[in-house]
Amino acid sequence: MSEYRIQGNTGEWEVVIGLEVHAQITSESKLFSGSSTGFGAEPNSHVSLVDAAMPGMLPVPNRECLRQAVRTGMAINAQINRWSRFDRKNYFYADLPQGYQISQLYHPIVGEGEIEVTLNEKDPDSPTKKIGIERIHVEQDAGKLMHDQHPTMSFVDLNRSGVALMEIVSRPDISSPQEAGAYLKKLRSILRYVGSCDGNMEQGSMRADVNVSVRKPGGELGTRTETKNVNSIRFMMQAIEYEAQRQVDLIESGGAVVQETRLFDPNKMETRSMRSKEDAHDYRYFPDPDLLPVELDDAFLEECRASLPELPDAKRARYEALGLTAYNAAVLTAEAETAFWFEDLLAEGVDAKQASNWLMSELFGALNKLGKTLDESPVNPKQAAELLGLVADGTISGSIAKQVFEIMLETGQGASAIVEEKGLKQTNDTGAIEAEIAKIMAANDDKVAEYRSGKDKLFGFFVGQTMKAMQGKANPQIINDLLKKALG
Amino acid sequence: MSIDKDTVNKIARLSRIAISDAEADKMVGELNGILAWVEQLGEVDVTGVEPMTAVIPNKLRLRDDVVTDGDVRDKVLANAPAKEGSFFGVPKVIE
Amino acid sequence: MTDFSRLGVAAIRDGVANGEFKAVEVAEALNTRVAAAKALNAFIVETPEMAVAAAQAVDADRAAGKPLGKMAGVPIGMKDLFCTEGVQTTAASHMLEGFVPTYESTVSANLWKAGAGMLGKLNLDQFAMGSSNETSYFGNVISPWRRNDGGNAALAPGGSSGGSSSAIAARLCPAATGTDTGGSIRQPAAFVGISGIKPTYGRCSRWGVVAFASSLDQAGPMARDVRDCAIMLEAMAGFDPKDSTSLDLPVPAWEAALNSDLKGKRIGIPREYRLDGIDEDIAKMWDNGIAWLKDAGAEIVDISLPHTKYALPAYYIIAPAEASSNLARYDGVRFGLRDLPEGAGLQDMYAATRAAGFGEEVRRRIMIGTYVLSAGFYDAYYTQAQKVRALIARDFENAWASCDLILAPTAPSAAFGLGEKNADPLSMYLNDVFAVPASLAGLPAMSVPGGLDKQGLPMGLQIIGKALDEQAVLNAGLAIEQRSGFTAEAGEWW
Repeated sequence: MSEYRIQGNTGEWEVVIGLEVHAQITSESKLFSGSSTGFGAEPNSHVSLVDAAMPGMLPVPNRECLRQAVRTGMAINAQINRWSRFDRKNYFYADLPQGYQISQLYHPIVGEGEIEVTLNEKDPDSPTKKIGIERIHVEQDAGKLMHDQHPTMSFVDLNRSGVALMEIVSRPDISSPQEAGAYLKKLRSILRYVGSCDGNMEQGSMRADVNVSVRKPGGELGTRTETKNVNSIRFMMQAIEYEAQRQVDLIESGGAVVQETRLFDPNKMETRSMRSKEDAHDYRYFPDPDLLPVELDDAFLEECRASLPELPDAKRARYEALGLTAYNAAVLTAEAETAFWFEDLLAEGVDAKQASNWLMSELFGALNKLGKTLDESPVNPKQAAELLGLVADGTISGSIAKQVFEIMLETGQGASAIVEEKGLKQTNDTGAIEAEIAKIMAANDDKVAEYRSGKDKLFGFFVGQTMKAMQGKANPQIINDLLKKALG
Repeated sequence: MSIDKDTVNKIARLSRIAISDAEADKMVGELNGILAWVEQLGEVDVTGVEPMTAVIPNKLRLRDDVVTDGDVRDKVLANAPAKEGSFFGVPKVIE
Repeated sequence: MTDFSRLGVAAIRDGVANGEFKAVEVAEALNTRVAAAKALNAFIVETPEMAVAAAQAVDADRAAGKPLGKMAGVPIGMKDLFCTEGVQTTAASHMLEGFVPTYESTVSANLWKAGAGMLGKLNLDQFAMGSSNETSYFGNVISPWRRNDGGNAALAPGGSSGGSSSAIAARLCPAATGTDTGGSIRQPAAFVGISGIKPTYGRCSRWGVVAFASSLDQAGPMARDVRDCAIMLEAMAGFDPKDSTSLDLPVPAWEAALNSDLKGKRIGIPREYRLDGIDEDIAKMWDNGIAWLKDAGAEIVDISLPHTKYALPAYYIIAPAEASSNLARYDGVRFGLRDLPEGAGLQDMYAATRAAGFGEEVRRRIMIGTYVLSAGFYDAYYTQAQKVRALIARDFENAWASCDLILAPTAPSAAFGLGEKNADPLSMYLNDVFAVPASLAGLPAMSVPGGLDKQGLPMGLQIIGKALDEQAVLNAGLAIEQRSGFTAEAGEWW
């Protein structure tokens, strides 16, 4: 898709990237316990005895978490494994109460799939590339350690311990920071459409482990490093850039890349080696004997499939068929919320083109000014549809609609009520308009002459003057018609 | 397969069990004895046999996604060797 | 005046229900016996006030005409592997010394609901790892039995449920809970001349029981006769949604259906259990058992369980592997012992804590388990062992084509002396040779007294049944009990 190359002293290098994305599965309760997954609770309050791994405590799996993983797999056309199993990944750390993470190594719930990405989603001509997905498995999140509360101690909060994650493992098919960014954006969009993850990277609902290696174009794969827990698309792209350059510099100066775990420091914009943990890679995976194999039946899979929403690619194609430009269709489908807003407008009877133009210019512009997201919009689709309906049926003009919208944003009043109260209804009274036109022509006879001698551009001037004289309330189509007649 | 003292020390590290030199020496003999004995399993022809996954035929039950637990901080922290406010305290970890 | 120590579960339950005596009288009498038997070291914690409180509640219920539970008024001992709310639970380890659970295991909760009361927490092999109760941090449990040689060598009560077996044989309690991972109910029952049943894997919830090897651990009752085992198992068993491996099945009325008429039952005698050099007394007892079952109307058939020989090595891979992971949670962070040497970091704290908190046998098994799961060895050891386990289960499946039950000795010998098998861990492991196959296959299996050996020590007969067919196992146990005439008791030397 893109020819990303690093120029080294010994020539060009290409970068090979694979991503392991950890996405928090949207669920009320944890993967193996009935504790809440709610964000921002008091430390150790969303913790059950199971999450704290008290002696004799046992895991019981949450159906919804498996369902969401399966739906996500279906959304990327992946192989769904009817028979899967949970394994234990054994290691010691203070944020891991059991001394093992329940995960899936040998038999993940979702197998091979793929995601098609476009470098520039908004450019219909931008080339696309398919990134292979190796697997999606379900596993427990760890707790959290805080290091800054005490001079000699770290503090353990287990609120996140046991929250369900999907680990979505890509093939090393990604070959530039831009592709990695496009992949992560697309993946996030799919997860949000499916509803299996809120994709909120700031809150840690989604984070990526980034595997990077470099090689001479077409050469043997190099040794890779894994940069852990990168929590924004921008950081990920920076981490890849830095890490690839570091590896090239290292190799070219006679060194060798060590397979290791690294951390990205967003302040210094660099990756650094995590204090190397001895034996860290001997996780002694084995099937969790507290759990039986997961067996999915037809009814379960049927429900998963039936409950899948229309996905971004399909939606975009449909929007284009409704007459939207490729650009508008791409923008409207990039995020599930936008598409749903748009579709709500259509459901209220708004014309597709009108809805898309208004949403992308008026609504986005207003929200941008207010610093609000679509979710926080002071105007809902029903209210917006009322406004757009007034334009469509000629009750108000487009420019009046802008004024009305501003008042709606400020006061929360309905469009019709505002139009009524402020007397903004546009007039179709041809007599009144003709009278104004006559006055304007009289006052601007020089321009009339110029127009008549071929200076067509002046037509806009007369429209503007007339509209101004009518205080914006005249039907622009009628002004047009009457002006044409009067100016000859 | 016979294990040496280095291996014993490595296993002890993986197990997070501190082990003295004398203990490691003793353990070499014991573990080798046990491992030599279990190696007779290698004689068994297991062609076409799947490893056992469930002892008694039983189906995994899945829980409904409902909050039924948690909010028991006092119980969770009741036995903590080093309770720090609402947290468990551990020696400072450098990441 | 009734000697309450001579009454079993059924007798106490019925006596209380019929108003022959008060539950409190029983509790107090047994509290006194427990307090006077310190020499056996059967209890880690005594809870006389809880026994009395439970008894008072039963007496009050009876006075109020309320229905009484299956175990109403019966004081029992609780193996200290079951977490009990507000009462120290240690798994006989230094690691959990002082650990007071804020929760109650499902099995113990079921027993209290059925009207049982707790005399105390019973000693055991540390984390249930051992066959002689010599691995407890709180000291060896002594069997009440002595050899008839006039000496007073201290004998092993078996393990891991050695506190349970010793206390029941010494009539400190009519019954106690046990757990069986590779024979830990049956072998100690055999060593002290009592009965004990390990039900089908999944019958009794594992929730709240300190885990040793999850795919093998199963709780069960130990008592002085088969009926008492049936009663107590009914109270303990039942579906528990908190345990994913719990069987969602109703609990049968085992006691009501007890029937020692074995007409139509075929009893398999596995030829592979007749090991070369089998103890003469054990062999004789086994023959007696065969004769008794025949007398009860059963047909005896010769069967083969070809992979028997491999059960023990498979067990000593699978159980330590699971244990190495199950015991990882004992890390000094959230509960239990913490050993933090001066200036130690987190990983050093783990290593110090676990070295100090786990006894030698526990450390040994964790290390074996860690090794067999480690990179490069997993398939050769663990996967191979799970395949062999599948073959062992298949052996039993094949056997059920020609028999309904299997009769074998519980252990290859009667009780050995404390310290006799400590030098070599393997020789101790070999004591479980007959018990382990049924554990690997998850089958119900019971030990009932089969007679005394030359030294005057009890030996046990083991009955193994089909999955979920505890009734047939109990019935055959009852048939043996009615014919063996086993009435021997340990002399009260303590």
